[in-house]
Amino acid sequence: MVMVLASTVVIAVLPLVFILGTLIVKGAGSLSATFFVASSVPAGQTGGGVGHAIVGTLVIVGMACLMGLPLGIGAGIYTAEYPGTRLATACRFVADVMNGTPSIVIGVFAWAWIVARQGHFSAYAGSVALAILMIPMVMRTTEEMIKLVPHSLREAALALGYPRWRATLTVVLRTALPGIVTGTLLAVARVAGETAPLLFTALGSQYFSLDVSRPMAALPLVVFTYATGPYQEWHRLAWATALVLIIVVLVLSLAARLATRQRYQRN
Amino acid sequence: MTEPDSPAPPRHPPALERKSYGDRIFKGMLTVAAVGLPVLLGFLVFELFAGSREAIARFGFGFVTSSTWDPVAEQFGAWPLIFGTLMSAALALMIAVPLSLGVAIYLTEFAPVRLRQPAAFVIELLAAIPSVVYGLWGIFVLIPVLKDSVFPLLQSVLGFLPFFQGPIYGPSMLSASIILAIMVMPYIMAVSREVLLAVPASQREAALGLGATRWEAVVTTVVPYARSGLIGAVILGLGRALGETMAVTMLIGNRHEIAASLFAPGYTMAAAIANEFSEAVTDIHLSSLAYVALLLFLITVLINAGARLLIWRVSRGTTAGSRVL
Amino acid sequence: MTIRIETDRVTAMYGKFTAVKGVSLKFPTNRVHALIGPSGCGKSTFLRTLNRMHEMSPGGWITGQVLLDGQDIYAPEVNAMQLRRRVGMVFQKPTPFPTMSIFDNVAAGVRVNGRRSRRDLSHIVERSLRQAVLWDEVKDGLNRSALALSGGQQQRLCIARTLAPEPEVLLLDEPTASLDPQGTQRIEELLFELRNNFTIVIVTHNLHQAARVSDTTTFFYLGTMVEHGPTKELFTTPGNDQTEAYITGRFG
Repeated sequence: MVMVLASTVVIAVLPLVFILGTLIVKGAGSLSATFFVASSVPAGQTGGGVGHAIVGTLVIVGMACLMGLPLGIGAGIYTAEYPGTRLATACRFVADVMNGTPSIVIGVFAWAWIVARQGHFSAYAGSVALAILMIPMVMRTTEEMIKLVPHSLREAALALGYPRWRATLTVVLRTALPGIVTGTLLAVARVAGETAPLLFTALGSQYFSLDVSRPMAALPLVVFTYATGPYQEWHRLAWATALVLIIVVLVLSLAARLATRQRYQRN
Repeated sequence: MTEPDSPAPPRHPPALERKSYGDRIFKGMLTVAAVGLPVLLGFLVFELFAGSREAIARFGFGFVTSSTWDPVAEQFGAWPLIFGTLMSAALALMIAVPLSLGVAIYLTEFAPVRLRQPAAFVIELLAAIPSVVYGLWGIFVLIPVLKDSVFPLLQSVLGFLPFFQGPIYGPSMLSASIILAIMVMPYIMAVSREVLLAVPASQREAALGLGATRWEAVVTTVVPYARSGLIGAVILGLGRALGETMAVTMLIGNRHEIAASLFAPGYTMAAAIANEFSEAVTDIHLSSLAYVALLLFLITVLINAGARLLIWRVSRGTTAGSRVL
Repeated sequence: MTIRIETDRVTAMYGKFTAVKGVSLKFPTNRVHALIGPSGCGKSTFLRTLNRMHEMSPGGWITGQVLLDGQDIYAPEVNAMQLRRRVGMVFQKPTPFPTMSIFDNVAAGVRVNGRRSRRDLSHIVERSLRQAVLWDEVKDGLNRSALALSGGQQQRLCIARTLAPEPEVLLLDEPTASLDPQGTQRIEELLFELRNNFTIVIVTHNLHQAARVSDTTTFFYLGTMVEHGPTKELFTTPGNDQTEAYITGRFG
């Protein structure tokens, strides 16, 4: 019986091996300097790259962080600082609801809120959607990490004459910071790979652009467009783009997880 | 010390600490952030309702039961989408649940200690792979294999069942369910692993102390103790499966029809929104898609609330299921 | 003999639960005062009313008066944060700030009170570490993490951190409860030194420690003050049956 259980582990791990394997086999050959720098070429031509989408992903995710992190971390500190309050309970509940909400629904929301009102697609509508996805994740880790800080540290700071806000910021939050950074990295890794919320917000684009009020390309959108398109050349590019995307995502989440692990081992 | 007739000492009410300006500003900023979350959710619900108002007014609750989806005639009914969503999620769970519970039990109870962390780590990496990459892999690697060897084999063995009859398509309900299974497995595994870890060691030791083998201890004590939490983990996986968009969109074939055969294409709510939203031209089409989004939202909220309740009953006080994945 | 702290019918509550009932006491300057009693007798809560830490606990509030040098510390014009710099506190478990170096830990309480020059700070840090008899052990590694120190060293570091803002009163809440005998001995020797410059109130449930280090002892039981007196008298000729039962080990 135990052997049957052990074999489930093998079956569960196999897809990861297969997926990474195919990505490398089919994608690595297309990676070149041009691929990282150039933008798309018109359908039918060969060559081109995903430089525009790499920049697009950076811009869209970067703006999402600017919006989502302060809200998420702030709400996380609030729920950890004033845990018994009704607002904290409401916050936790809302975060769990939002965490379970499909990302496509968040996309519809961002579309209705921004795109429909303004009458055009824009990169920042995509950022808003990604930010909404990040907020509950970041809030939850912030809260958990602050709760791990012993209460005695806060008391020690207060007994030294720290005002409450300084005790929270310089002692409690400072101590919890590595954990919060880890959680943030995981959240960033997750939203960087999201396609659905961008489909009708940032929309995607063939061209290099830094104008956040216009449609913008992003790596996951490029993978989707190329993979579902009719051309062989697009399929080749889809594999290479997916490889780049997965490297970004896996490096972010690996770094985050390794960082947490090391810290736990040290303590 | 105190004179008997001295006046009573003053009373110091709660909240003696007079807040400094710094404290007030700090708390104010945090409160703004904390209020932001419920407000955001309220706004989300409002926007979904507002967006689907036209479709709700026109089709009412019949939207859920009608099977017509005709943008040209402006007739919309979401039953095939709802059916496809539930069907693909159910199939995915049938595949993923035994596997992921097996992995979780093996990793918490039987695996060599040195193997536990790395294996859990690798499986959590599976959860980090973007949906669109699963979709790409599904289209170009999984579907050819399924279409050319697995599906014909299934048909020859189980062809007497209506689910496995008829022409074999690559993009199909079953293909989408298989990719979904691979995708939700890490979630179910991670949460049920946390639930199992939250079972007190004393439970195990009591069984072992009575002379049970490890296996008996797990079956008779650990799993029953963790049962509602494990069910919660599965339901959480169900929530994920219902809302999963990209990989399903790329593999399910996208047809507004209900077919008995699992080899035939289908559609899900999320996939329909993803495919049609940016191409919809009429207001009623957009509104119908928003209605679909609203329904999807309500279903997932219900399912997640149930799951959290069950997990909370086992791992009271711990945070199993709430962390970032 | 001047009185540094005087309490007048202090009653401390957590919400509706009364932890300390009507305690009136006087603590003379530059003496060591021990608070003893079984767990849950309210001695720690009483200690926390002396620097207004009690009100930071959920539902914590008090009635009665606490006078520091004759001034009511609960008066509306008193700033609790300023007060805590005058009445320092050391806790049961060592609480060095894990993200700060040894130097920064000791300087923390001074920095929060306003900017100081680096030279001033070094001077204060050295003085405090010398007072806490830790200087010789850490002077070569002031930039190391405070977590690298042993438990006993960490507790002395916390004492140094408390001494740095130059308080008048030092409150110690079972400061040796988590230390080994050697660490405990170092702290007790340290208290002996510090009594020359500070008024010390120490909570302990180690009766031998109370007998060794203190000048006066107060016995608490079920939230009330049962007996208060010079340590020698209280331990040799207790005036109360409960006190006698406790110090002879019949309960608690």
